Amino acid sequence: MNQTMANGTQTHTLSALVANKPGVLARIAQVFARRGFNIDSLVVSPTRDGNFSRMTMTALGDPSGLDQIIKQVNKLVDVINCSDLTDKNIVVKELMMLKVRVQSDQRTELLQVAEHFGARSVDLTDESLTMMITGNSDKLDAYVELCKKYDIIELVRTGKVVMARGPQET
Amino acid sequence: MSKNEISGGEAIVRALESEGVEYLFGISGGSVIPIFDAIVTTKTNIKMVLTRHEQGATHMADGYARATGKPGVVLVTSGPGATNALTGMMTAHMDSVPMVVITGQSIRPMLGKDAFQEADIFGMAMPVVKHSYLVRETNDIPRIFREAFHISSTGRPGPVLIDIPKDVSAGLCSLDAKTDMDLPGYKPQVPPDHEAIMQMAEALSKSRRPVLLVGHGALIAGASAQVRAFAEKMNAPVMTTFLGKGAFPETHELSLGWPGMHGTAYANKALCECDLIMSIGSRFDDRILGRQDQFCKNAVKLHVDIDPAEIGKMIRPDIYCVGDAREVVEELTKHVGRLNTEEWVSHLADYKKSFPLKYRKTGGLKMQHVVDELYRMTEGRAVVVTDVGQHQMWAGQFYRTDYPDNWISSGGAGTMGFGVPAAVGAQFGRPNDLVVCISGDGGFQMMNQELTTAVIHKLPIKFFVMNNHYLGMVRQWQELFYEDRKSGVDLEGNPDFVKMAEAYGMKGFNLKRPGDVKRILKKALDYNEGPCLVNAEVEKTDNVFPMVPAGKPLEDMLISRPRHKLDKPTGST
Repeated sequence: MNQTMANGTQTHTLSALVANKPGVLARIAQVFARRGFNIDSLVVSPTRDGNFSRMTMTALGDPSGLDQIIKQVNKLVDVINCSDLTDKNIVVKELMMLKVRVQSDQRTELLQVAEHFGARSVDLTDESLTMMITGNSDKLDAYVELCKKYDIIELVRTGKVVMARGPQET
Repeated sequence: MSKNEISGGEAIVRALESEGVEYLFGISGGSVIPIFDAIVTTKTNIKMVLTRHEQGATHMADGYARATGKPGVVLVTSGPGATNALTGMMTAHMDSVPMVVITGQSIRPMLGKDAFQEADIFGMAMPVVKHSYLVRETNDIPRIFREAFHISSTGRPGPVLIDIPKDVSAGLCSLDAKTDMDLPGYKPQVPPDHEAIMQMAEALSKSRRPVLLVGHGALIAGASAQVRAFAEKMNAPVMTTFLGKGAFPETHELSLGWPGMHGTAYANKALCECDLIMSIGSRFDDRILGRQDQFCKNAVKLHVDIDPAEIGKMIRPDIYCVGDAREVVEELTKHVGRLNTEEWVSHLADYKKSFPLKYRKTGGLKMQHVVDELYRMTEGRAVVVTDVGQHQMWAGQFYRTDYPDNWISSGGAGTMGFGVPAAVGAQFGRPNDLVVCISGDGGFQMMNQELTTAVIHKLPIKFFVMNNHYLGMVRQWQELFYEDRKSGVDLEGNPDFVKMAEAYGMKGFNLKRPGDVKRILKKALDYNEGPCLVNAEVEKTDNVFPMVPAGKPLEDMLISRPRHKLDKPTGST
């Protein structure tokens, strides 16, 4: 699930609970950008309490640089807390939609692959099929791999959402 | 307007009054007219100081804040008024200075539509403020102002921006509007971790060659008495950082002055030889470290800081404690005793004798001579405000600081132009103290319009222009590292600064010969009809030493001008 590069950099999954106010995302994005980190995926959504939002980010980088970023993000007044959930006991899920140009003769085969992965069709026309799949990122990657032999028109992924396992809050 | 409502402008003035604000520094403009109007209609006691440039207003507020410990408050208009204030916000941010900057803004329906004098200052200022607000409802004013002052002045202080659209300040605010703070994510201070304190005490007890590195954080925490008791109890040498000057008396026998690029040779030598370094409220600035990976290689490193993000940012400590410097030092002092440091202290005393800060009084007039004499004649009691450059380093070296909050200089940002307005702000904050401003001819000309403010308010500030007709620090680098190819440093065409002072309605003195230093300084110090200026025509091409070339380890410090050719520095400016 966590991609580790030869030079020690790794994909990290960060989760932040933030005040639901304008500008919070810009403040956090600046902390990353200034230190040369690219945010690979980002999900922001309101929490149960509408005053707060949950942000889940993935970023590739060396652990010490990222550690400093987390400290800087925690320092922001509108951030309640931010932590690195990589290697923690969490449930990680992602949703993807994938649109393939397909004629009726290949449709069955494609639906068989989909069934194997638990993907389901959400839109169907004479020349295209759109599938939706949820799961961890590796599963989504594998699905994309198998679909590559067809003509993929476009795909879109939500980015990871995470939640701590067990009764405690994330 | 019902009886239960006041104007937004009035709500702002009342909020400032309830925070105990004495002065507003700023300039009016279209989008802040409702606020300026409320200053009149409320008959408030808050005094509005009209500056001549918004950057000047921010540095004035900064000087006021550093001299008093209270937040400085700025009030400027939208667009260019706000962008002019950015440099001052950045300066305050780098040096952890409490400041509240109020900017006017276009009316809400016009935001994002390129309205006249519209600037997205909320967005632009984000990286240089501790926090910022764009006020969207007039009823939010009381709460936002309370939060802004709280955030600005607690924990690690910093500037807070409040951007107020004109229709918000011109709107109506209910007298019942909420003032309760809503800051669930703000954790300015945590109690010190007892376990870490005990580990620090243990490490200190084993040390034979300790040094304490005391920074601006100790001054902000009001910890100078505690630091002194701590150092004296252990018999441990102390160096204060450039911004920490005054946190421990520089004339104390345990003092090593300040370390780093242009610090004392004995402080830098102590860093090279110590077996333990304990930072109290310093951020291990790159001016101090020399080469980061070579810094205090063989020493145990302890770090006390109120800001968790400073721990491990530059130097990975062996033991750290997050907390207020005064609380931590007070607690730690209970758990330490006198250390076995006799040999170390006497070894460093030898260094102090062998490598003193020095200059020659013969030949042309030297900045060091002027500062040194000023130090003697004011008995080290003046509030010294500097600009940025060579004169700043020499002021730091030769005006020894024994008292907290008496040294005001732009350290992290290195903002030229800081000196004149910051001195004005400091004098407003400390009306009964002697304030001297030491500038170079370069920085002086970046903000000299603020002399007007000093004249209008008859502030008895002594402005020194150390005039070498060069941007001297850059010229020094060009001489040492670029085979003396001077580029963009010759300040030909400087005006006659004495005539300029006179044009502003000030007294001016020329100082040209070393033999005249005492006489002219006495005249300036005795002058009490408002501000005066001393134009010191100093040697044009003198260089500041000691010097650690940027990017080199402290071991490579140059005590004086080297005979060999130097490589171009690899480190930051």
